[in-house]
Amino acid sequence: MSSASSLGATSRRAAARTPSALRESSLVSGTLIVLALGFLLLFLFLPLIAVFVEAFRRGFAAYFEAITEPDALAAMRLTLLIAAIAVPLNVVLGVAGAWAVARFEFRGKSVLVSLIDLPFSVSPVIAGLVYVLLFGAQGYFGPWLRANGVEIIFAVPGIVLATMFVTFPFVARELIPHMETLGSTDEEAALTLGASPWRTFFMVTLPNVKWSLLYGVLLCNARAMGEFGAVAVVSGRIRGVTTTMPLHVEILYNEYMGAAAFAVASLLALLALVTLAAKALLEWRYAEEIAATRHTS
Amino acid sequence: MSEARPFRWREPSILPGFGLAFGVLAAGLSVLILIPLAALVLKAASAGPADIVAIATAPRTIAALRLSFGAAFVAALVNAVFGLLIAWVLVRYRFPGRRFVDAAVDLPFALPTAVAGIALTALWAGNGWLGSLAASFGVKVAYTPLGVMIALIFVGLPFVVRSVQPVLADAQRDVEEASALLGATRWRTVFCVILPNVLPALLTGFTLAFARAIGEYGSVIFIAGNVPMVSEIAPLLIVIRLEQFDYAGAAVVGVLMLAASLVLLLLINALQAWSRRRLGYV
Amino acid sequence: MPVSLSIENLDKRFNGVPALRGVSLDVAPAELVALLGPSGSGKTTLLRAIAGLEEPEAGRVLFDGVDSGTLSLRDRRIGFVFQHYALFRHLTVFENIAFGLRARPRAQRPAEAEIRSRVLALLELVQLEGYDRRFPSQLSGGQRQRVALARALAIEPRVLLLDEPFGALDAKVRKDLRRWLRELHARTGNTTLFVTHDQEEALELADRVAILNGGRIEQVGTPDDVLDHPATPFVCEFLGEANRIPVTVSGGSAYFADRPILRGLTQNQSGCASLFVRPQHVHLAEDGPATLPGRVAAVRRHGAHRRLEVAVNGAPKPVELDIASQEPPAPGETVALRIARGHVFSV
Repeated sequence: MSSASSLGATSRRAAARTPSALRESSLVSGTLIVLALGFLLLFLFLPLIAVFVEAFRRGFAAYFEAITEPDALAAMRLTLLIAAIAVPLNVVLGVAGAWAVARFEFRGKSVLVSLIDLPFSVSPVIAGLVYVLLFGAQGYFGPWLRANGVEIIFAVPGIVLATMFVTFPFVARELIPHMETLGSTDEEAALTLGASPWRTFFMVTLPNVKWSLLYGVLLCNARAMGEFGAVAVVSGRIRGVTTTMPLHVEILYNEYMGAAAFAVASLLALLALVTLAAKALLEWRYAEEIAATRHTS
Repeated sequence: MSEARPFRWREPSILPGFGLAFGVLAAGLSVLILIPLAALVLKAASAGPADIVAIATAPRTIAALRLSFGAAFVAALVNAVFGLLIAWVLVRYRFPGRRFVDAAVDLPFALPTAVAGIALTALWAGNGWLGSLAASFGVKVAYTPLGVMIALIFVGLPFVVRSVQPVLADAQRDVEEASALLGATRWRTVFCVILPNVLPALLTGFTLAFARAIGEYGSVIFIAGNVPMVSEIAPLLIVIRLEQFDYAGAAVVGVLMLAASLVLLLLINALQAWSRRRLGYV
Repeated sequence: MPVSLSIENLDKRFNGVPALRGVSLDVAPAELVALLGPSGSGKTTLLRAIAGLEEPEAGRVLFDGVDSGTLSLRDRRIGFVFQHYALFRHLTVFENIAFGLRARPRAQRPAEAEIRSRVLALLELVQLEGYDRRFPSQLSGGQRQRVALARALAIEPRVLLLDEPFGALDAKVRKDLRRWLRELHARTGNTTLFVTHDQEEALELADRVAILNGGRIEQVGTPDDVLDHPATPFVCEFLGEANRIPVTVSGGSAYFADRPILRGLTQNQSGCASLFVRPQHVHLAEDGPATLPGRVAAVRRHGAHRRLEVAVNGAPKPVELDIASQEPPAPGETVALRIARGHVFSV
């Protein structure tokens, strides 16, 4: 048989054979890619672009003015304050929860895990409502609180509580699966080597889970700074006092100050983008780490 | 015959700190979640059976709940279709910018809902980029139930993509090869071999997107127009009742929505348990 | 009807790294051939190339003399059993086996009753009657293996290919299934290739064994052939233990330090060479002109036997041999070794 005919057979098979049964034709895959990207453009990228376009609609000076006027600065300070209180508290709760759930076997554990996840499936408005019912003027503890001069609703404590409710699951949710995969042999080794419980926790457990912890904190923080529904219910929208950045955006928007609203919104959008970038970076890093733990086991 | 084990609340362990960790968690859960939710139920119950029924069956309540559930359901369906498509494209194909797109899918998780709300409104309003396009076909999007749906599609999208993606990525290549060697066409392999394996994850993603969309507030209220009986969602009705100091009315609507969320949560758990039993994985 | 299989000069690279280098192999109709080799030797790649799952850069695969290069996977009619079975988890055992029949174009698809009777017959063949409604997750590893085999047989394959068919099973189940596969092959008479890294499995099951190394076939032959007449040093060392002794060959004898330690060589060569001798072919002997002198370095238990390590002056490594005696020589003792059989390969 001549080499020319076998060459012909090779090129023919390259064109006609296995692909049809093992993968889609390039026409089909191309169409699917275009459809998917088109959908994402319409529902994801255009809204994001719109934020920045609208923010600069009246020029850079107006933009700068909108984000430096006193109420906007007050809103930023409040948002940072809320996050600075709610996120560390939720880290403590999340780490404690992960330690109890991922390191011990006890009755009712699955119920506890469901409770940790519960805020994800509760409407943020309800998250605000429950605290109004408890601490509001007509709430269960309202009269007592007023008698003792404690303000919770329409004040910072209420905003912190509502924010903590909606961001409660983030840290524990990242830590529990990671700690379960790692198992407790490292901690047991440290304890048998004579390390104290706290030393074991800070020198062994924490370094092992630092990336998933950071990941959880990142998501928790983004949600805490951006929460709208729950905070709107408890805040009372006292300008310069109880308006967080998202609430400030709403107020400006409802007062037909669109460009200013989008200017402040663009800062929140930037926060989201930074969060996404850090998240992608961590996932990258995290994947290698997970792969490394798999190799050693 | 094995002896009955004595009742034990917790399996023994040499690890320390159970009491402290459990205590902190239990205290946090009680203060933040359990007691407040109990107050909600208590408040709703305090209205008395007659009032509860009256509030729950008031036309405005029913219209708001119908819109919240209906729009959320349609949005979750749209997300199921396109979320599956996006997950497929991200896992199976290589194209420039794939990693960027993959990271961007989480945008609705990270973008504050109020920001999404005003951005979507600007886009879909009659003078917006997409709104004017739709208007030329005689379709009004913003300030109608259609606008509510658009916002709910935005917030629910990542749930489906992120549920389906790992299952598609884990799918064993050899199963597809087996199917092809047994004579199946690519279409048959995709629809009879690959997609059935993805179905539990798709249903989970659908349910998560649905649950999230029912309670969504921030991204919806700007684009909805909030016309009572037409484009007023249930969470907004709660806010309105609160502003009218109708605490019981707000609580009843809240409990109704909470119950629906819990049912959905149970549904997800049952679905995953079934999938684990039947297919040996979630 | 069983078909013959010819593989001609297959070349395959992965990212530039050669996995198959000019592999040729002929398999007779109804023959059972094992592809044996260490991991990374290319045996699975060869199997996948025959199935059409890998596209070779060069070379052809012929079924009954017909080039399969232009055939679709469906038209190749290959029964392939994957290492991890690749069963469809969402389908019952019955539907798994029926899959290939239902996937046929409408015109060739058997009627439902026909499908049913064929699946049930296959279940009987693989001794899984009554398991038709189970799901793969409800089966043991050995049962899954047999379902995978039944599924592959359902399309009446022209060639049956098995990738490490017993690799994922525990030792006891392996032995049972091995015997059973041999019987099944005798009954169905499919031309069959299977990949394994377990030489015992290959030598026990196969009519012929193809030994692969580094993407090449080192030797093809019956189990007796490859064991008794290894073609290359690799085959010799891969199929069991071997002592490697540097020798000089001349006039049909192998000399170690001027002692003719092995005579009557049929290989026609001379000069420096390596003599490969299995431990069971080295014996203790009276000192003489044709023996290897040495000193016992260590004595260890080796199964029912005792293993001696004998340091030989001028040999790089101690020579190992097995003896049945209950009173072995003590370490340090001087002994003489006689070599009964060996294989000479020029250096």
